[in-house]
Amino acid sequence: MSTSWTTRVRKATLESYKPEDLLPDTQPAYVASWIYIFGVATIAAFVMLIATGLWLTLEGPAWWHGSGVGHFANSMHLWSVELFFVFMVVHLWGKFWMAAWRGRRIATWVSGVVAFMASLVTAFTGYLIQTNFDSQWIATEAKDGFNSIGVGAFFNALNTGQAILLHVALLPLVLGGIVVWHIILIRRKGVVPPIDNDATLEGSK
Amino acid sequence: MTMKVDPSVKWSGPTRPYDLIKELAVAVLVIGLLAAGLSFLFSSPDEKAVTLKSWAQTNPVDFAQTATGELAGTTTSASYGPPYNKAASGQHFGILKLQDWSGVRIPINPAKSFVLNPLASYNDVAGQDAVVTWNAATADQQTAWATGYADALGKAKDATAVADPSNLYGPVPTLITSLLNMAKGGALDGSLLTSDSTLPTNFTKPLLFLADSEGYFAAKAEEQHLGGGQWGVMNETGSWPGQSWLWLFSFWYQVDPFKSSDNADTLVMLLMGLFTLLLALVPVLPVIRKIPYKIPIHRLIWKDWYNKKL
Ligand code: HEM
Repeated sequence: MSTSWTTRVRKATLESYKPEDLLPDTQPAYVASWIYIFGVATIAAFVMLIATGLWLTLEGPAWWHGSGVGHFANSMHLWSVELFFVFMVVHLWGKFWMAAWRGRRIATWVSGVVAFMASLVTAFTGYLIQTNFDSQWIATEAKDGFNSIGVGAFFNALNTGQAILLHVALLPLVLGGIVVWHIILIRRKGVVPPIDNDATLEGSK
Repeated sequence: MTMKVDPSVKWSGPTRPYDLIKELAVAVLVIGLLAAGLSFLFSSPDEKAVTLKSWAQTNPVDFAQTATGELAGTTTSASYGPPYNKAASGQHFGILKLQDWSGVRIPINPAKSFVLNPLASYNDVAGQDAVVTWNAATADQQTAWATGYADALGKAKDATAVADPSNLYGPVPTLITSLLNMAKGGALDGSLLTSDSTLPTNFTKPLLFLADSEGYFAAKAEEQHLGGGQWGVMNETGSWPGQSWLWLFSFWYQVDPFKSSDNADTLVMLLMGLFTLLLALVPVLPVIRKIPYKIPIHRLIWKDWYNKKL
Protein backbone atom coordinates (compact mmCIF):
# COMPACT_ATOMS: atom_id res chain seq x y z
CA MET A 1 0.00 0.00 0.00
CA SER A 2 1.35 3.34 -1.00
CA THR A 3 2.18 5.83 1.75
CA SER A 4 1.16 8.73 -0.44
CA TRP A 5 -2.22 10.08 0.63
CA THR A 6 -2.77 11.25 -2.90
CA THR A 7 -2.16 7.80 -4.36
CA ARG A 8 -4.46 6.24 -1.81
CA VAL A 9 -7.26 8.69 -2.50
CA ARG A 10 -6.86 8.17 -6.26
CA LYS A 11 -6.99 4.39 -5.85
CA ALA A 12 -10.02 4.57 -3.58
CA THR A 13 -11.89 6.92 -5.87
CA LEU A 14 -10.95 7.37 -9.51
CA GLU A 15 -9.38 3.94 -9.95
CA SER A 16 -12.12 1.95 -8.28
CA TYR A 17 -14.85 3.22 -10.56
CA LYS A 18 -14.96 2.78 -14.28
CA PRO A 19 -16.49 5.78 -16.06
CA GLU A 20 -19.25 3.55 -17.44
CA ASP A 21 -20.11 2.40 -13.90
CA LEU A 22 -20.57 5.94 -12.69
CA LEU A 23 -22.49 7.18 -15.72
CA PRO A 24 -23.91 4.01 -17.27
CA ASP A 25 -25.67 3.95 -20.64
CA THR A 26 -26.93 0.41 -20.18
CA GLN A 27 -28.63 -1.38 -17.31
CA PRO A 28 -29.26 -5.06 -16.58
CA ALA A 29 -32.38 -6.17 -18.42
CA TYR A 30 -34.36 -6.60 -15.20
CA VAL A 31 -34.11 -2.87 -14.48
CA ALA A 32 -37.41 -2.35 -16.22
CA SER A 33 -40.04 -1.60 -13.64
CA TRP A 34 -42.03 1.43 -12.52
CA ILE A 35 -40.51 1.09 -9.06
CA TYR A 36 -37.13 2.37 -10.25
CA ILE A 37 -38.68 5.72 -11.04
CA PHE A 38 -39.01 6.58 -7.36
CA GLY A 39 -35.28 6.76 -6.57
CA VAL A 40 -34.71 9.15 -9.45
CA ALA A 41 -37.89 11.06 -8.58
CA THR A 42 -36.57 11.53 -5.03
CA ILE A 43 -33.35 13.02 -6.41
CA ALA A 44 -35.32 15.23 -8.77
CA ALA A 45 -37.48 16.48 -5.89
CA PHE A 46 -34.27 17.14 -3.94
CA VAL A 47 -32.95 19.20 -6.87
CA MET A 48 -36.20 21.19 -6.81
CA LEU A 49 -35.83 21.66 -3.05
CA ILE A 50 -32.36 23.14 -3.45
CA ALA A 51 -33.49 25.36 -6.34
CA THR A 52 -36.62 26.70 -4.61
CA GLY A 53 -34.75 26.95 -1.30
CA LEU A 54 -32.07 29.11 -2.93
CA TRP A 55 -34.84 31.20 -4.44
CA LEU A 56 -36.24 31.77 -0.93
CA THR A 57 -32.85 32.91 0.39
CA LEU A 58 -32.74 35.88 -1.97
CA GLU A 59 -34.66 38.36 0.14
CA GLY A 60 -34.47 36.97 3.66
CA PRO A 61 -36.61 34.76 5.87
CA ALA A 62 -39.61 37.12 6.17
CA TRP A 63 -39.78 38.02 2.47
CA TRP A 64 -42.49 35.57 1.55
CA HIS A 65 -45.03 36.94 4.04
CA GLY A 66 -45.48 40.14 2.09
CA SER A 67 -44.69 39.24 -1.50
CA GLY A 68 -46.76 37.33 -4.03
CA VAL A 69 -43.63 36.05 -5.76
CA GLY A 70 -42.13 35.11 -2.39
CA HIS A 71 -45.28 33.25 -1.41
CA PHE A 72 -45.19 31.32 -4.67
CA ALA A 73 -41.54 30.41 -4.06
CA ASN A 74 -42.56 29.20 -0.60
CA SER A 75 -45.41 27.13 -2.06
CA MET A 76 -43.02 25.56 -4.57
CA HIS A 77 -40.64 24.70 -1.75
CA LEU A 78 -43.44 23.21 0.37
CA TRP A 79 -44.88 21.08 -2.43
CA SER A 80 -41.42 19.88 -3.41
CA VAL A 81 -41.00 18.69 0.18
CA GLU A 82 -44.29 16.83 0.12
CA LEU A 83 -43.38 15.17 -3.21
CA PHE A 84 -39.86 14.41 -1.95
CA PHE A 85 -41.23 12.47 1.02
CA VAL A 86 -43.92 10.66 -0.95
CA PHE A 87 -41.31 9.48 -3.47
CA MET A 88 -38.82 8.53 -0.79
CA VAL A 89 -41.33 6.49 1.21
CA VAL A 90 -42.52 4.59 -1.91
CA HIS A 91 -38.83 4.06 -2.78
CA LEU A 92 -38.15 2.72 0.72
CA TRP A 93 -41.05 0.27 0.60
CA GLY A 94 -40.06 -0.75 -2.90
CA LYS A 95 -36.53 -1.56 -1.77
CA PHE A 96 -37.94 -3.52 1.15
CA TRP A 97 -40.15 -5.72 -1.03
CA MET A 98 -37.26 -6.21 -3.44
CA ALA A 99 -35.03 -7.18 -0.48
CA ALA A 100 -32.62 -4.81 -2.17
CA TRP A 101 -29.98 -5.34 0.52
CA ARG A 102 -29.03 -8.70 -1.00
CA GLY A 103 -25.55 -9.27 -2.34
CA ARG A 104 -23.61 -7.15 0.14
CA ARG A 105 -25.82 -4.12 -0.40
CA ILE A 106 -26.54 -3.63 3.31
CA ALA A 107 -24.52 -0.40 3.33
CA THR A 108 -26.76 0.93 0.57
CA TRP A 109 -29.84 0.22 2.66
CA VAL A 110 -28.26 1.79 5.75
CA SER A 111 -27.22 4.89 3.81
CA GLY A 112 -30.86 5.13 2.70
CA VAL A 113 -32.06 5.01 6.30
CA VAL A 114 -29.53 7.69 7.21
CA ALA A 115 -30.81 9.79 4.30
CA PHE A 116 -34.36 9.34 5.56
CA MET A 117 -33.43 10.51 9.05
CA ALA A 118 -31.41 13.45 7.76
CA SER A 119 -34.40 14.41 5.61
CA LEU A 120 -36.71 14.38 8.64
CA VAL A 121 -34.39 16.66 10.58
CA THR A 122 -33.89 18.98 7.62
CA ALA A 123 -37.62 19.24 6.96
CA PHE A 124 -38.27 19.84 10.64
CA THR A 125 -35.85 22.79 10.80
CA GLY A 126 -37.58 24.11 7.67
CA TYR A 127 -40.90 24.11 9.51
CA LEU A 128 -39.20 25.98 12.37
CA ILE A 129 -38.11 28.88 10.18
CA GLN A 130 -41.42 29.74 8.52
CA THR A 131 -41.50 32.79 10.84
CA ASN A 132 -45.27 32.45 11.29
CA PHE A 133 -47.65 31.00 13.87
CA ASP A 134 -47.08 27.41 12.74
CA SER A 135 -43.34 27.68 13.30
CA GLN A 136 -43.85 29.27 16.73
CA TRP A 137 -46.19 26.50 17.79
CA ILE A 138 -44.04 23.67 16.42
CA ALA A 139 -40.99 25.13 18.17
CA THR A 140 -42.67 25.30 21.56
CA GLU A 141 -44.13 21.79 21.24
CA ALA A 142 -41.02 20.12 19.89
CA LYS A 143 -38.67 21.64 22.45
CA ASP A 144 -40.12 19.28 25.06
CA GLY A 145 -39.17 16.27 22.94
CA PHE A 146 -35.61 17.47 22.47
CA ASN A 147 -35.25 18.61 26.07
CA SER A 148 -36.51 15.26 27.34
CA ILE A 149 -33.49 13.46 25.90
CA GLY A 150 -30.98 16.20 26.63
CA VAL A 151 -30.65 17.34 23.02
CA GLY A 152 -32.57 20.56 23.64
CA ALA A 153 -29.66 21.98 25.62
CA PHE A 154 -27.66 22.04 22.37
CA PHE A 155 -30.29 22.26 19.64
CA ASN A 156 -32.73 24.90 20.83
CA ALA A 157 -35.90 24.82 18.70
CA LEU A 158 -36.83 28.27 20.05
CA ASN A 159 -33.63 29.80 18.69
CA THR A 160 -34.83 30.81 15.23
CA GLY A 161 -31.38 31.98 14.15
CA GLN A 162 -29.88 28.58 14.90
CA ALA A 163 -32.66 26.83 12.97
CA ILE A 164 -32.18 29.12 9.97
CA LEU A 165 -28.47 28.45 9.72
CA LEU A 166 -28.93 24.71 10.16
CA HIS A 167 -31.69 24.52 7.59
CA VAL A 168 -30.13 26.75 4.99
CA ALA A 169 -26.49 25.75 5.25
CA LEU A 170 -25.41 22.77 7.29
CA LEU A 171 -28.26 20.27 6.88
CA PRO A 172 -28.71 20.51 3.08
CA LEU A 173 -24.97 20.02 2.69
CA VAL A 174 -25.02 16.98 4.96
CA LEU A 175 -28.09 15.53 3.23
CA GLY A 176 -26.58 16.18 -0.19
CA GLY A 177 -23.44 14.36 0.94
CA ILE A 178 -25.47 11.40 2.18
CA VAL A 179 -27.37 11.18 -1.12
CA VAL A 180 -24.06 11.19 -3.04
CA TRP A 181 -22.78 8.42 -0.74
CA HIS A 182 -26.01 6.45 -1.35
CA ILE A 183 -25.70 6.79 -5.15
CA ILE A 184 -22.00 5.89 -5.22
CA LEU A 185 -22.70 2.73 -3.22
CA ILE A 186 -25.40 1.79 -5.74
CA ARG A 187 -23.18 2.48 -8.73
CA ARG A 188 -20.40 0.40 -7.21
CA LYS A 189 -22.57 -2.68 -6.75
CA GLY A 190 -24.89 -2.26 -9.68
CA VAL A 191 -28.64 -2.62 -9.32
CA VAL A 192 -29.71 -5.68 -7.37
CA PRO A 193 -31.09 -8.57 -9.49
CA PRO A 194 -34.58 -10.02 -8.95
CA ILE A 195 -35.22 -12.38 -6.08
CA ASP A 196 -34.77 -15.80 -7.64
CA ASN A 197 -34.91 -19.20 -6.01
CA ASP A 198 -32.71 -20.37 -3.24
CA ALA A 199 -29.46 -19.37 -4.80
CA THR A 200 -30.43 -15.84 -3.96
CA LEU A 201 -31.52 -16.73 -0.47
CA GLU A 202 -28.13 -18.24 0.26
CA GLY A 203 -26.37 -15.21 -1.10
CA SER A 204 -28.61 -12.85 0.77
CA LYS A 205 -26.18 -12.15 3.58
CA MET B 1 -36.88 -19.17 -16.89
CA THR B 2 -35.64 -19.90 -13.40
CA MET B 3 -32.18 -18.56 -13.86
CA LYS B 4 -30.16 -18.69 -10.67
CA VAL B 5 -28.88 -15.27 -9.91
CA ASP B 6 -26.21 -14.52 -7.36
CA PRO B 7 -26.84 -10.92 -6.31
CA SER B 8 -23.30 -10.33 -5.13
CA VAL B 9 -21.73 -11.05 -8.50
CA LYS B 10 -21.60 -8.33 -11.07
CA TRP B 11 -24.35 -8.77 -13.66
CA SER B 12 -23.19 -10.32 -16.93
CA GLY B 13 -26.60 -11.16 -18.37
CA PRO B 14 -28.63 -9.25 -20.95
CA THR B 15 -28.78 -5.49 -20.70
CA ARG B 16 -30.98 -2.72 -21.99
CA PRO B 17 -30.07 0.78 -23.13
CA TYR B 18 -30.48 3.49 -20.56
CA ASP B 19 -29.89 7.25 -20.45
CA LEU B 20 -29.23 8.27 -16.87
CA ILE B 21 -28.77 12.00 -17.48
CA LYS B 22 -31.82 12.28 -19.71
CA GLU B 23 -33.93 10.41 -17.18
CA LEU B 24 -32.84 12.75 -14.39
CA ALA B 25 -33.42 15.84 -16.54
CA VAL B 26 -36.92 14.69 -17.46
CA ALA B 27 -37.66 13.85 -13.83
CA VAL B 28 -36.59 17.30 -12.64
CA LEU B 29 -38.76 18.91 -15.32
CA VAL B 30 -41.81 16.80 -14.54
CA ILE B 31 -41.51 17.27 -10.79
CA GLY B 32 -40.89 20.99 -11.23
CA LEU B 33 -44.11 21.24 -13.23
CA LEU B 34 -45.96 19.12 -10.70
CA ALA B 35 -44.79 21.33 -7.80
CA ALA B 36 -45.69 24.46 -9.77
CA GLY B 37 -49.15 23.05 -10.53
CA LEU B 38 -49.77 22.17 -6.88
CA SER B 39 -48.54 25.62 -5.84
CA PHE B 40 -50.93 27.35 -8.25
CA LEU B 41 -53.83 25.21 -7.07
CA PHE B 42 -53.22 25.06 -3.34
CA SER B 43 -50.63 27.74 -2.49
CA SER B 44 -49.25 27.36 1.06
CA PRO B 45 -50.41 28.33 4.57
CA ASP B 46 -49.19 31.41 6.38
CA GLU B 47 -50.93 32.14 9.66
CA LYS B 48 -49.41 35.35 11.05
CA ALA B 49 -46.95 35.01 13.93
CA VAL B 50 -48.15 36.07 17.36
CA THR B 51 -46.36 38.41 19.77
CA LEU B 52 -46.52 39.30 23.45
CA LYS B 53 -48.19 42.47 22.22
CA SER B 54 -50.95 40.64 20.33
CA TRP B 55 -51.41 38.38 23.35
CA ALA B 56 -51.75 41.29 25.80
CA GLN B 57 -54.14 43.08 23.46
CA THR B 58 -56.33 40.10 22.52
CA ASN B 59 -56.50 38.35 25.86
CA PRO B 60 -55.23 40.66 28.62
CA VAL B 61 -56.86 38.51 31.31
CA ASP B 62 -54.90 35.43 30.26
CA PHE B 63 -51.77 37.57 30.06
CA ALA B 64 -52.24 38.91 33.61
CA GLN B 65 -52.89 35.42 34.98
CA THR B 66 -49.91 33.89 33.21
CA ALA B 67 -47.57 36.70 34.30
CA THR B 68 -48.73 36.25 37.89
CA GLY B 69 -48.07 32.54 37.51
CA GLU B 70 -44.47 33.36 36.52
CA LEU B 71 -44.03 35.22 39.82
CA ALA B 72 -45.72 32.44 41.77
CA GLY B 73 -43.56 29.82 40.05
CA THR B 74 -46.56 27.82 38.82
CA THR B 75 -46.26 28.10 35.01
CA THR B 76 -44.78 25.43 32.78
CA SER B 77 -41.50 27.28 32.29
CA ALA B 78 -41.22 28.28 35.96
CA SER B 79 -41.41 24.62 36.95
CA TYR B 80 -39.56 23.23 33.93
CA GLY B 81 -36.06 22.15 34.91
CA PRO B 82 -33.17 21.64 32.46
CA PRO B 83 -32.08 23.14 30.16
CA TYR B 84 -33.71 26.33 31.52
CA ASN B 85 -33.57 26.09 35.32
CA LYS B 86 -33.33 23.82 38.32
CA ALA B 87 -37.03 23.95 39.23
CA ALA B 88 -37.34 20.23 38.41
CA SER B 89 -35.11 17.46 37.14
CA GLY B 90 -37.10 16.85 33.96
CA GLN B 91 -38.11 13.60 32.32
CA HIS B 92 -36.27 10.34 32.59
CA PHE B 93 -36.39 6.70 31.58
CA GLY B 94 -35.35 4.46 34.45
CA ILE B 95 -31.86 5.49 35.47
CA LEU B 96 -31.43 7.36 32.17
CA LYS B 97 -31.80 11.00 33.21
CA LEU B 98 -30.71 12.58 29.94
CA GLN B 99 -32.59 15.83 30.50
CA ASP B 100 -31.06 16.31 33.93
CA TRP B 101 -27.58 15.38 32.73
CA SER B 102 -27.67 17.90 29.90
CA GLY B 103 -27.65 20.64 32.55
CA VAL B 104 -28.90 24.21 32.61
CA ARG B 105 -27.38 25.43 29.35
CA ILE B 106 -30.07 28.00 28.49
CA PRO B 107 -30.59 29.64 31.90
CA ILE B 108 -34.00 31.26 32.30
CA ASN B 109 -35.63 32.32 35.54
CA PRO B 110 -39.16 33.17 34.34
CA ALA B 111 -40.02 35.58 37.19
CA LYS B 112 -36.81 37.55 36.55
CA SER B 113 -36.52 37.07 32.80
CA PHE B 114 -40.15 37.69 31.83
CA VAL B 115 -41.40 40.11 34.50
CA LEU B 116 -38.85 41.76 36.80
CA ASN B 117 -35.93 42.51 34.50
CA PRO B 118 -38.06 44.00 31.70
CA LEU B 119 -39.89 46.23 34.22
CA ALA B 120 -36.68 47.32 35.90
CA SER B 121 -35.45 48.83 32.66
CA TYR B 122 -38.81 50.19 31.48
CA ASN B 123 -39.73 53.82 31.79
CA ASP B 124 -42.55 53.37 34.32
CA VAL B 125 -41.76 54.60 37.82
CA ALA B 126 -44.55 52.67 39.57
CA GLY B 127 -43.36 49.45 37.93
CA GLN B 128 -39.73 50.12 38.84
CA ASP B 129 -40.64 50.83 42.46
CA ALA B 130 -42.67 47.63 42.60
CA VAL B 131 -39.62 45.69 41.39
CA VAL B 132 -37.53 47.22 44.18
CA THR B 133 -40.16 46.26 46.78
CA TRP B 134 -40.37 42.72 45.38
CA ASN B 135 -36.61 42.28 45.43
CA ALA B 136 -36.37 43.48 49.04
CA ALA B 137 -38.83 40.83 50.27
CA THR B 138 -38.02 37.28 51.39
CA ALA B 139 -38.71 34.38 49.06
CA ASP B 140 -41.56 33.20 51.29
CA GLN B 141 -43.14 36.62 51.27
CA GLN B 142 -42.83 36.82 47.46
CA THR B 143 -44.50 33.46 47.01
CA ALA B 144 -47.31 34.37 49.43
CA TRP B 145 -47.98 37.62 47.54
CA ALA B 146 -47.92 36.02 44.12
CA THR B 147 -49.97 32.92 44.92
CA GLY B 148 -52.50 35.07 46.78
CA TYR B 149 -52.85 37.34 43.78
CA ALA B 150 -53.03 34.41 41.38
CA ASP B 151 -55.96 33.02 43.38
CA ALA B 152 -57.67 36.40 43.46
CA LEU B 153 -57.29 36.81 39.69
CA GLY B 154 -58.54 33.28 39.16
CA LYS B 155 -61.62 33.98 41.28
CA ALA B 156 -62.30 37.29 39.54
CA LYS B 157 -62.22 35.38 36.22
CA ASP B 158 -62.54 38.25 33.78
CA ALA B 159 -60.33 40.84 35.44
CA THR B 160 -56.80 41.96 34.56
CA ALA B 161 -56.41 43.40 38.07
CA VAL B 162 -57.96 42.97 41.51
CA ALA B 163 -58.14 45.71 44.15
CA ASP B 164 -55.97 45.10 47.21
CA PRO B 165 -57.23 47.42 49.99
CA SER B 166 -55.62 45.44 52.83
CA ASN B 167 -52.27 45.03 51.01
CA LEU B 168 -52.30 41.23 50.80
CA TYR B 169 -50.42 41.05 47.53
CA GLY B 170 -47.62 43.58 48.05
CA PRO B 171 -46.18 44.93 44.79
CA VAL B 172 -47.68 42.17 42.64
CA PRO B 173 -50.79 44.03 41.35
CA THR B 174 -48.58 46.94 40.26
CA LEU B 175 -46.04 44.62 38.66
CA ILE B 176 -48.71 42.87 36.62
CA THR B 177 -50.53 46.03 35.57
CA SER B 178 -47.26 47.67 34.51
CA LEU B 179 -46.15 44.56 32.60
CA LEU B 180 -49.51 44.37 30.86
CA ASN B 181 -49.17 47.97 29.71
CA MET B 182 -45.60 47.39 28.62
CA ALA B 183 -46.70 44.36 26.60
CA LYS B 184 -49.69 46.13 25.04
CA GLY B 185 -47.42 48.83 23.67
CA GLY B 186 -45.00 46.27 22.24
CA ALA B 187 -42.07 47.18 24.48
CA LEU B 188 -42.01 43.78 26.20
CA ASP B 189 -41.35 41.95 22.91
CA GLY B 190 -38.35 44.18 22.28
CA SER B 191 -37.11 43.89 25.84
CA LEU B 192 -37.17 40.07 25.93
CA LEU B 193 -35.61 39.79 22.50
CA THR B 194 -32.73 42.15 23.14
CA SER B 195 -31.98 41.00 26.67
CA ASP B 196 -29.19 38.66 25.51
CA SER B 197 -28.14 40.16 22.22
CA THR B 198 -28.54 43.54 20.60
CA LEU B 199 -29.13 41.93 17.20
CA PRO B 200 -31.68 39.29 18.10
CA THR B 201 -32.18 36.04 16.21
CA ASN B 202 -33.09 34.02 19.29
CA PHE B 203 -36.75 33.90 20.34
CA THR B 204 -36.38 31.58 23.32
CA LYS B 205 -37.63 34.01 25.97
CA PRO B 206 -40.74 35.43 24.26
CA LEU B 207 -41.69 31.96 22.96
CA LEU B 208 -41.30 30.31 26.36
CA PHE B 209 -43.43 33.05 27.91
CA LEU B 210 -46.06 32.65 25.15
CA ALA B 211 -46.02 28.90 25.59
CA ASP B 212 -47.06 29.36 29.22
CA SER B 213 -50.29 30.91 28.00
CA GLU B 214 -53.25 28.58 27.89
CA GLY B 215 -55.97 31.04 27.04
CA TYR B 216 -54.23 32.57 24.02
CA PHE B 217 -51.33 30.61 22.52
CA ALA B 218 -52.52 27.06 23.21
CA ALA B 219 -56.14 28.03 22.50
CA LYS B 220 -55.13 29.40 19.11
CA ALA B 221 -53.28 26.17 18.35
CA GLU B 222 -56.28 24.05 19.32
CA GLU B 223 -58.38 26.17 16.98
CA GLN B 224 -55.95 25.21 14.21
CA HIS B 225 -56.07 21.54 15.29
CA LEU B 226 -52.39 21.66 16.26
CA GLY B 227 -52.75 20.42 19.83
CA GLY B 228 -50.64 17.50 21.09
CA GLY B 229 -53.78 15.38 21.53
CA GLN B 230 -54.79 16.26 17.97
CA TRP B 231 -51.75 14.78 16.23
CA GLY B 232 -50.40 18.32 16.47
CA VAL B 233 -46.75 17.79 15.54
CA MET B 234 -47.54 16.61 12.05
CA ASN B 235 -50.34 19.05 11.21
CA GLU B 236 -50.24 22.43 9.49
CA THR B 237 -52.43 25.46 10.08
CA GLY B 238 -55.57 25.40 7.91
CA SER B 239 -56.06 22.21 5.92
CA TRP B 240 -52.62 21.90 4.30
CA PRO B 241 -50.62 18.73 4.64
CA GLY B 242 -47.98 19.08 7.32
CA GLN B 243 -45.16 16.78 8.29
CA SER B 244 -47.25 13.68 7.68
CA TRP B 245 -44.06 11.59 7.73
CA LEU B 246 -44.05 12.14 11.51
CA TRP B 247 -47.25 10.07 11.82
CA LEU B 248 -45.68 7.28 13.83
CA PHE B 249 -44.09 9.82 16.14
CA SER B 250 -47.44 11.57 16.69
CA PHE B 251 -49.24 8.27 17.04
CA TRP B 252 -47.62 7.32 20.36
CA TYR B 253 -48.84 10.52 22.01
CA GLN B 254 -52.42 9.43 21.27
CA VAL B 255 -52.23 6.09 23.11
CA ASP B 256 -51.33 4.72 26.52
CA PRO B 257 -48.96 4.23 28.25
CA PHE B 258 -47.46 7.29 26.59
CA LYS B 259 -50.53 9.52 26.65
CA SER B 260 -50.77 9.51 30.42
CA SER B 261 -47.07 9.25 31.27
CA ASP B 262 -45.12 12.09 32.88
CA ASN B 263 -42.17 10.93 30.83
CA ALA B 264 -44.05 10.70 27.53
CA ASP B 265 -41.50 12.73 25.57
CA THR B 266 -38.53 10.69 26.73
CA LEU B 267 -40.38 7.43 26.06
CA VAL B 268 -41.50 8.43 22.57
CA MET B 269 -38.10 9.83 21.58
CA LEU B 270 -36.27 6.72 22.76
CA LEU B 271 -38.82 4.43 21.12
CA MET B 272 -38.43 6.25 17.80
CA GLY B 273 -34.66 5.99 18.17
CA LEU B 274 -35.05 2.25 18.63
CA PHE B 275 -37.33 2.00 15.58
CA THR B 276 -34.80 3.88 13.49
CA LEU B 277 -32.12 1.45 14.54
CA LEU B 278 -34.39 -1.48 13.70
CA LEU B 279 -35.15 0.03 10.28
CA ALA B 280 -31.41 0.23 9.59
CA LEU B 281 -31.04 -3.38 10.74
CA VAL B 282 -33.89 -4.78 8.61
CA PRO B 283 -31.44 -6.62 6.31
CA VAL B 284 -30.19 -8.73 9.25
CA LEU B 285 -33.33 -9.05 11.39
CA PRO B 286 -34.27 -12.76 11.48
CA VAL B 287 -37.98 -12.83 10.60
CA ILE B 288 -38.35 -9.41 9.04
CA ARG B 289 -35.71 -9.92 6.36
CA LYS B 290 -37.55 -12.98 5.07
CA ILE B 291 -40.87 -11.17 4.62
CA PRO B 292 -40.16 -10.02 1.05
CA TYR B 293 -39.49 -13.66 0.08
CA LYS B 294 -42.69 -14.88 1.72
CA ILE B 295 -45.01 -12.22 0.37
CA PRO B 296 -44.04 -12.11 -3.30
CA ILE B 297 -44.62 -8.47 -4.16
CA HIS B 298 -41.33 -8.69 -6.08
CA ARG B 299 -43.23 -10.86 -8.60
CA LEU B 300 -45.24 -7.77 -9.38
CA ILE B 301 -42.28 -5.42 -9.40
CA TRP B 302 -40.24 -7.57 -11.79
CA LYS B 303 -43.30 -8.91 -13.59
CA ASP B 304 -41.77 -8.69 -17.07
CA TRP B 305 -38.60 -10.42 -15.94
CA TYR B 306 -40.42 -13.34 -14.36
CA ASN B 307 -42.72 -13.59 -17.37
CA LYS B 308 -39.61 -14.16 -19.50
CA LYS B 309 -40.45 -11.18 -21.64
CA LEU B 310 -36.89 -9.95 -21.21
C1 HEM C 1 -32.84 11.20 0.04
C2 HEM C 1 -33.43 10.06 -0.14
C3 HEM C 1 -33.07 9.01 -1.18
C4 HEM C 1 -32.65 9.18 -2.47
C5 HEM C 1 -32.43 10.50 -3.21
C6 HEM C 1 -32.46 7.87 -3.04
C7 HEM C 1 -32.06 7.61 -4.34
C8 HEM C 1 -31.85 6.35 -4.88
C9 HEM C 1 -31.60 6.05 -6.27
C10 HEM C 1 -31.56 7.07 -7.37
C11 HEM C 1 -31.43 4.71 -6.39
C12 HEM C 1 -31.19 3.91 -7.67
C13 HEM C 1 -32.47 3.77 -8.46
C14 HEM C 1 -33.52 2.98 -7.76
O1 HEM C 1 -33.27 1.80 -7.46
O2 HEM C 1 -34.58 3.53 -7.50
C15 HEM C 1 -31.53 4.15 -5.05
C16 HEM C 1 -31.35 2.82 -4.74
C17 HEM C 1 -31.50 2.27 -3.48
N1 HEM C 1 -32.06 2.90 -2.37
FE1 HEM C 1 -32.39 4.89 -2.22
N2 HEM C 1 -32.74 6.93 -2.05
C18 HEM C 1 -33.12 7.58 -0.92
C19 HEM C 1 -33.55 7.01 0.27
C20 HEM C 1 -33.53 5.63 0.51
C21 HEM C 1 -34.11 4.99 1.66
C22 HEM C 1 -34.86 5.73 2.78
C23 HEM C 1 -33.85 3.64 1.56
C24 HEM C 1 -34.22 2.52 2.48
C25 HEM C 1 -34.18 2.57 3.75
C26 HEM C 1 -33.11 3.44 0.34
C27 HEM C 1 -32.64 2.21 -0.09
C28 HEM C 1 -32.10 1.99 -1.34
C29 HEM C 1 -31.51 0.75 -1.78
C30 HEM C 1 -31.35 -0.52 -0.91
C31 HEM C 1 -31.12 0.92 -3.11
C32 HEM C 1 -30.39 -0.09 -4.00
C33 HEM C 1 -31.40 -0.76 -4.85
C34 HEM C 1 -30.82 -1.68 -5.88
O3 HEM C 1 -29.65 -2.07 -5.84
O4 HEM C 1 -31.64 -2.00 -6.73
N3 HEM C 1 -32.95 4.67 -0.28
N4 HEM C 1 -31.80 5.18 -4.14
